[in-house]
Amino acid sequence: MIQIPLIFEQHKQGCRGFTYGPLDVPAAKSLDSKYCRAADARIPCLSELSVVRHYTNLSRLNFSVDTNFYPLGSCTMKYNPKFTERVAALEGFAQLHPLLPQLAGGGMLAQGSLEVLYETEKLLCEITGMDAFTLQPLAGAHGELTGVMLIAAYHKDKGSRRKYIIVPDSSHGTNPSSAAIAGYQVKVIPTGSDGYMDLEAYKKALDSEVAAVMLTCPDTLGIFNPQIKQIADLAHAAGALMYYDGANLNALLGKARPGDLGFDVVHINLHKTFATPHGGGGPGAGPVGVNKELIEFLPISRVIRRSDATFALDYNHPKSIGYIAPFYGNFGVILKAYAYILALGKEGLIQAAEIAVLNANYCQARLKKYYELPFEKTCMHECVFSASRQVKNGVHALDIAKYLIDQGYHPPTIYFPLIVKEALMIEPTETESKETLDAFIETMIRIAGLAEKEPSAVTASPVHMPIKRLDEVRAARQPDLRWKFQE
Amino acid sequence: MNYVAHTKEDIQQMLSAIGAKSIEELFKDIPASLRAKSFNLPPAKSEFAVTQALSRLADKNATGLVNFVGAGFYDHFIPAAVDALSSRSEFYTAYTPYQPECSQGWLQAIYEYQSLICELTGLDVSNASLYDGGTALFEAMMMALRHTGRNKVILDSGINLIYRTMLYTYSSNLSIEFVEIPVVHGQSSREELYKYLDERTAAVIFQNPNFFGAVDDHSDMVEKVHQCGALAIASVYPVSLGILKTPGEMGFDIATGEGQSLGIPLSFGGPYLGFMAARTALARQMPGRIVGATVDSDGKRGFVLTLQTREQHIRREKATSNICSNEALCALRAAIFVSLLGRQGLIELAEHNYQKAEFAKETLSRIPGVQVKRSSPTFNEFTILLPRHANEVVHRMIEKGFACGFPLGRFYKGMDNYLLIAVTEKRTKEEIRRLADSLEAVL
Repeated sequence: MIQIPLIFEQHKQGCRGFTYGPLDVPAAKSLDSKYCRAADARIPCLSELSVVRHYTNLSRLNFSVDTNFYPLGSCTMKYNPKFTERVAALEGFAQLHPLLPQLAGGGMLAQGSLEVLYETEKLLCEITGMDAFTLQPLAGAHGELTGVMLIAAYHKDKGSRRKYIIVPDSSHGTNPSSAAIAGYQVKVIPTGSDGYMDLEAYKKALDSEVAAVMLTCPDTLGIFNPQIKQIADLAHAAGALMYYDGANLNALLGKARPGDLGFDVVHINLHKTFATPHGGGGPGAGPVGVNKELIEFLPISRVIRRSDATFALDYNHPKSIGYIAPFYGNFGVILKAYAYILALGKEGLIQAAEIAVLNANYCQARLKKYYELPFEKTCMHECVFSASRQVKNGVHALDIAKYLIDQGYHPPTIYFPLIVKEALMIEPTETESKETLDAFIETMIRIAGLAEKEPSAVTASPVHMPIKRLDEVRAARQPDLRWKFQE
Repeated sequence: MNYVAHTKEDIQQMLSAIGAKSIEELFKDIPASLRAKSFNLPPAKSEFAVTQALSRLADKNATGLVNFVGAGFYDHFIPAAVDALSSRSEFYTAYTPYQPECSQGWLQAIYEYQSLICELTGLDVSNASLYDGGTALFEAMMMALRHTGRNKVILDSGINLIYRTMLYTYSSNLSIEFVEIPVVHGQSSREELYKYLDERTAAVIFQNPNFFGAVDDHSDMVEKVHQCGALAIASVYPVSLGILKTPGEMGFDIATGEGQSLGIPLSFGGPYLGFMAARTALARQMPGRIVGATVDSDGKRGFVLTLQTREQHIRREKATSNICSNEALCALRAAIFVSLLGRQGLIELAEHNYQKAEFAKETLSRIPGVQVKRSSPTFNEFTILLPRHANEVVHRMIEKGFACGFPLGRFYKGMDNYLLIAVTEKRTKEEIRRLADSLEAVL
């Protein structure tokens, strides 16, 4: 396969990819040169076709849900229905300026969008068992930061100064990081040999200085912890709040709700559970739900429904933490999630959880003869293996990942959770068929065989991709982060 | 519709491979007492029914107004190729390019995006995107706090109030001392800045053009900021950088901004694009994903996520930021937009915005009772003083089919009669004339 030259390398002076046509107003005096850039930005010049061909060809170098099985654990790479894209592109939604409803007399200009926000909030409350939501957080980690700030506001309002947030060692890196950015110190609780958070260590760590406990449920091992209620009760008895990292909510739809489990603050990743596209890294959306005690601290604005059935923005919340986003969240993403929830309905959402859990358990059951399963339990939406058996022959999780790429599979998440050595975290999602899973499982079994008989066939991969393994050390030691001009 | 491919037979075969009798058995770890107390959701609907219901809601939004509202978020034209290319599902149904061998398209596109942002801002390094202009500004401020080890931040009050409010919200549990310096005749007050600038200052933050649309050359102030050992940060409007002096030329250390104007629809406030560029020395303080070029084992050029020891998945509570998902697809749109326009297109776009705003100033200044503020040069947005409360005028103009501007009294005390008017390349001479005629009629 040939490499694609950088767009800068395709520059041809004089080429135009877009023109604005003649100016239809008389030209005024130019801006004083002291305010102007000395030299033009060296943006490459290409024809429209060259730009189209460039990006089209680049797109073909990616694996994606639409082209490949993508069992990237913790990321819920389910199929993204096409009709939601069309809905989000409707002119009435896509071209609406966010400030219109904030203008005097503009109250009726955005009724459709405000209704979407209001109704989505209501649906998310029912799905999670929470009392209110803010849809403003722009991603999962942004939701975590918002949630931790809400927790801080809650304690401050009670006149209590608490310094710590508890996270298990199996947590997503974003949990301790969000806690730290919001001004907290982090206490880490180890995972016991049974795969559950060490309850004794947890009890020891819980004291009057702990503001909250951040948990993922099911946890990052794909396991539902039956002691969750006890953990929540202990936290509450110590005056701490329970934070739910919603990365794995897909497993629980209709089965259990964070609110019923004793969580006080919840974030949801709309791009995971509710099928909005991951966009090569984003945009996502990370709405945050709270119980009654924390509603008054939610960010402003909030969307309300008036008695005449119209919708309005409400800023009258003196205890609100303030603005965490410029407007109402990633509206385009929220809209796609809303459309998805409406299309699936109650039964469809329950079935999504059921088939997601079935698919993960099927992978686990069929692969556990070949790969080390560190915690043998019924898993939820994902299963976590270790490549420790293969490592004995020099085949690491990374090698397995690279071999899978050669076979046309996006690899599972590797080396996470950190508590499992050589982790392979497989999240098939509900939208993958049995045939797809069978083919993937056969490939994984073949790799296990190769690791014993011909390990070099695995460690030499990938060989069918446009590039081989890249020198990541060089990338970090001699950073080349932008095109450098020869001119 | 549930997008599941399983037949009853599939499910049976899979259950028997697992050794379970029913799907319900797989949920046995959730005790009965912890089962969902309620799940009262509407029944499934067809794609047609949902589309129809949402189209009806879309029609309730007023997108037919002639738009002169900007205030940081602008109604620019988006070439069709931006939509067509960013709609390729090989882009939008992928995720963060953790595995470089099957993500070279994304990685190269982000590397090119970073390069384009550096070129626009005149700075050295950029990252793979942040959520929006406000959160990008917060991240820049945090970089300055870490870099200097100080905790005082001076904000120019010409920074969008939305962004200032976001900075305060995020800082509410951090020990940061904020000082706001006023805007005098539309521009940053040197005198006030120098009063507060001292050896404890970590960062001074400006916006250019500022919220009132005024353009400034901050070079003199940036020099003084550096003399105190502080960092200078600029929040900028990327479309203006086709012609305006760059943050790099003025000596700024970090530039951030809202990238919505680069081919991203207004979409009622998001998804948008936070961009950031900085001096090389600050690269390892940057938040979020960064793509770098390297070589593969055959010596061929390839791209990877790099400098990852800054990031949350490795450094956890010691990371430079908690960001994980970013706005990659919006960054891609921006890269496609800028690539299509090219050098000339970008200058043309900036010129059209500037010229049309100048024409609007000239036209509106002829209305009796309207005073166009001209104390500072502007780019595509400017302030006018009305003979009465701007809210009343805005309200009456909506009835005439115009979103005629943003009333400054909403954000600034004592500015009830001021209106902020944005004129992009989309506004025609005829629309500007009609705006003036209607305004004259409602006054």
